[in-house]
Amino acid sequence: MPTISMNVNGISVSAEVENRTVLSTALRENLGMTGTHVGCDTSQCGACVVHVNGKAVKSCTMFAVEADGAEVATIEGQAHSDGSLNVIQQAFQDHHGLQCGFCTPGMIMTATALLRDNPKPTETEIRDHLEGNICRCTGYQGIVNAIMAASGQKPAIAAE
Amino acid sequence: MAADGGMGHATKRREDVRFLVGRGKYCDDYVPAKTSYCAFARSTVANGKIKSINTKAAAKMPGVVAVFTGDDFVEVGGNPAGWLINSRDGEPMKEPKRPVLAHGKVRHVGDAYAAVIAETREQALDAVEAIEADIQELDAVVNMADALANTKTLVHDEIGTNQCFDWGWIEDNRAATDEAIKNAPHVTTLELVNNRLVPNALEPRCSIGEYDPGTGDYKLTTTSQNPHLTRLLISAFVMGIPENKLTVHAPDVGGGFGSKIYHYGEEALVLAAAKKLNRPVKWTSTRTEAFLSDAHGRDHVTKIELACEKDGTFIAFRTETMANVGAYLSNFSTATPTFLHGTLMAGNYTVPNVYVNVKAVFTNTAPVDAYRGAGRPEATFSLERVIDKAARELGINPIEIRRKNFIKPDQYPYASAAGLEYDSGNYDALMDGLEKLADISGFEARCKESAKNGKLRGLGINSYIEACGIAPSNLVGVLGSRVGLYDAATVRVNATGNISVMVGAHSHGQGHETAFPQIVADMLGVDPMSIEIVHGDTSKIPFGMGTYGSRSLAVCGSAVFRATEKIIAKATLIAAHMMEDKPDNVDFDAGEFSVKGTNKKVSFGEVALKAYIPHDFPLESIEPGLEETAFYDPANFTYPSGAYGCEVEVDPETGKVDICSMVAMDDFGTVVNPLIVTGQVQGGLAQGIGQALLEHGIYDENGQLLSGSFMDYAMPRADDLPNLVVDHSHATTCTHNPIGAKGCGEAGAIGSPPTVVNAVVDALQRGGFDVEHIDMPVSPARVWAAMNE
Ligand code: FES
Ligand code: FES
Repeated sequence: MPTISMNVNGISVSAEVENRTVLSTALRENLGMTGTHVGCDTSQCGACVVHVNGKAVKSCTMFAVEADGAEVATIEGQAHSDGSLNVIQQAFQDHHGLQCGFCTPGMIMTATALLRDNPKPTETEIRDHLEGNICRCTGYQGIVNAIMAASGQKPAIAAE
Repeated sequence: MAADGGMGHATKRREDVRFLVGRGKYCDDYVPAKTSYCAFARSTVANGKIKSINTKAAAKMPGVVAVFTGDDFVEVGGNPAGWLINSRDGEPMKEPKRPVLAHGKVRHVGDAYAAVIAETREQALDAVEAIEADIQELDAVVNMADALANTKTLVHDEIGTNQCFDWGWIEDNRAATDEAIKNAPHVTTLELVNNRLVPNALEPRCSIGEYDPGTGDYKLTTTSQNPHLTRLLISAFVMGIPENKLTVHAPDVGGGFGSKIYHYGEEALVLAAAKKLNRPVKWTSTRTEAFLSDAHGRDHVTKIELACEKDGTFIAFRTETMANVGAYLSNFSTATPTFLHGTLMAGNYTVPNVYVNVKAVFTNTAPVDAYRGAGRPEATFSLERVIDKAARELGINPIEIRRKNFIKPDQYPYASAAGLEYDSGNYDALMDGLEKLADISGFEARCKESAKNGKLRGLGINSYIEACGIAPSNLVGVLGSRVGLYDAATVRVNATGNISVMVGAHSHGQGHETAFPQIVADMLGVDPMSIEIVHGDTSKIPFGMGTYGSRSLAVCGSAVFRATEKIIAKATLIAAHMMEDKPDNVDFDAGEFSVKGTNKKVSFGEVALKAYIPHDFPLESIEPGLEETAFYDPANFTYPSGAYGCEVEVDPETGKVDICSMVAMDDFGTVVNPLIVTGQVQGGLAQGIGQALLEHGIYDENGQLLSGSFMDYAMPRADDLPNLVVDHSHATTCTHNPIGAKGCGEAGAIGSPPTVVNAVVDALQRGGFDVEHIDMPVSPARVWAAMNE
């Protein structure tokens, strides 16, 4: 079995994986980082989104061996070093952007990539950008509001 | 009163923090030492005779430790239906056995007939491919009318029919309703389909079985909305494991919407396998398996008639429904189309005659059971569509025809013609609120704007009532329930004043860890953050029935309230002892006990400490400790209600529907946490809009699920939905539970589908198209076809 080495959230790690092992499985099962979730088997739900070399990718669509040597960022590495929530995470809590929490890691990673590329997105741009992330719980309203707020804009519908 | 964070406060959810940093712990995140992995062989045909299953090659595959087939479970019991429904002629419903693994026959695509346990998940999946099953494909019954007409092709040969039951509600009202309709000045008839939905909680099901040969204890870690109910089903019906030898633990659960209420065969299998192999056995569903084997929702075909006076006064509703139960009876499948549907068929209205006939039908499809709303969305859709059609035929404004027939605030308690007693409500106030918030008076102007852009604009109005807070045990017992539907809570005040609250309800996104402490904090005058909720683990919590039917707050929250009252009563005795006065002279307010008319006081924290250090207690009158349990059984259902409004634009070129606005005006009674309630409604609205426009669990005539993945089954995405405007300020309190709460979890999914379809039909009518109805999902193809017929 091939051995891969990656830098995950700033820490060098290595794992033995099968050629067919996808990155989401390597993170969850080989490395025990269960913050990244798997919600489908057709690359549709986005629960598994992580950043590989700075780009948001669905980690279920990428073989772990392809991530050999890569910088990977996952949900576990997003909070401030003192453990407090970062701006986007805090906005999700403030605006009730999560219920069961299962889509949340993917949503946060997707939102993070969006705001890096487009720091002041419109609501329509946010909704378009979330097209690859399914949330079954929130109706997306809290998520859209949270991303608006995290980008320093007032959501059209204010959270109470 | 708690200074901050008590009842009514929009407290941020404390559980969010662990979810936001990736430290939630869902079932699939657990990997006990020496875990082995399970994969299932599932039928690829909808109806088939199992002639042989050869597992020899599979057993020799790398890493395989065991292979099971239906033969291994013939001695084991079946997964039962929780409600016994009797047909109109008094015959009990047909209850074919639902085995752990299919035996003799497979009955739907996805029906599991064998299981492989291996060292890794991949090895188990590989070995499933090596199972040689000789399954003779038989004709399948998929369409309900065909299933009833065809007595040659049977889902269950041993029952001789595909009809599970033929139920009438209320049978004694049948003749009067028929008569009223015969003599009515106007009768509006509508035939409609309530489309099959796949719940698709984002977390797939997962179960881990463990067995300790030293103690004989079993443990099941599983994705469940109700761990005690699952334990009861496994213990009493399926496997016979004594309850005190089985722990069921549901950790963080990633959504359920009904689909994780039920006990499934996979749970029994991993327990049996764990015992046999003496090591943990884990199964995690793929999304494909979820589509094929989770209980689906809805799937009714209905004819409804509304008889009324020419002025729009309702005289009677009569409904004939075929309800699909799929290939096997799932646990609540017989209650959903009957008592959760038929009893709501008077809606919010003073209609004197209601009769409902429901035929439940077995088909070679996945089992159908309660999905968010469960029967009530079906009832609301039928009623509110036929009312809209009647309004149009009679030339009455859709808001006016509803107002004309609303039960008025001074008519409560109101005995509905469908057999329920509504305790409170104010439907006119909700409609007033909707008209204002949705700016209904500005609609015509917006309609003209849309027309300028070549779009047809429509307005959809809807009012709904639901029966929640499920449910009064005495009532449901009479109606055929085989379980009670109370809930339970234990409040344990620890010696240093922090509090653990063990509850029977289990959050799968509802925010119990935040909302329940708000109740206790409010009553005890303590910091909510000093209160911790314990849930999901049968070894820690009292026997409660779990979370579904918008019941957590109304039923389990009431148990929390009652247990906290007992805490106050006990603490008052201790405080009186400490202040050397009579309990009757002691007041409790804002976390402090005081003796009336004196300045003697002790804090709640001092009393808590004293309870555990009872050096000077009069032990004949005060026991040490401060821990109380309450079981709460509701006196009635609760009756949330609402008025919803939706505006759509239809593109006449393509038939595409865009939702411009969606406003939900709900009455949930007392609201404990408005932030959570708003989120619950928004989530329900998204699922309802999904049903109306996008989602369809569709089988072809051979019983193959055509929409069996997220590529084919259109889940609502962020860009499919409008801003969801929610208001719950027009509340009337529930009169019979101590909190006054009615429940909010299902409302959005109940109220929104007819609102959307009413709006689409309105848009087409205004555009000059003679379209009476379009079945859901109202896809561009269906709209276009309706316009071009
Ligand atoms: S798990 Fe990767 S997209 Fe669904
Ligand atoms: S919060 Fe449950 S899927 Fe998004």
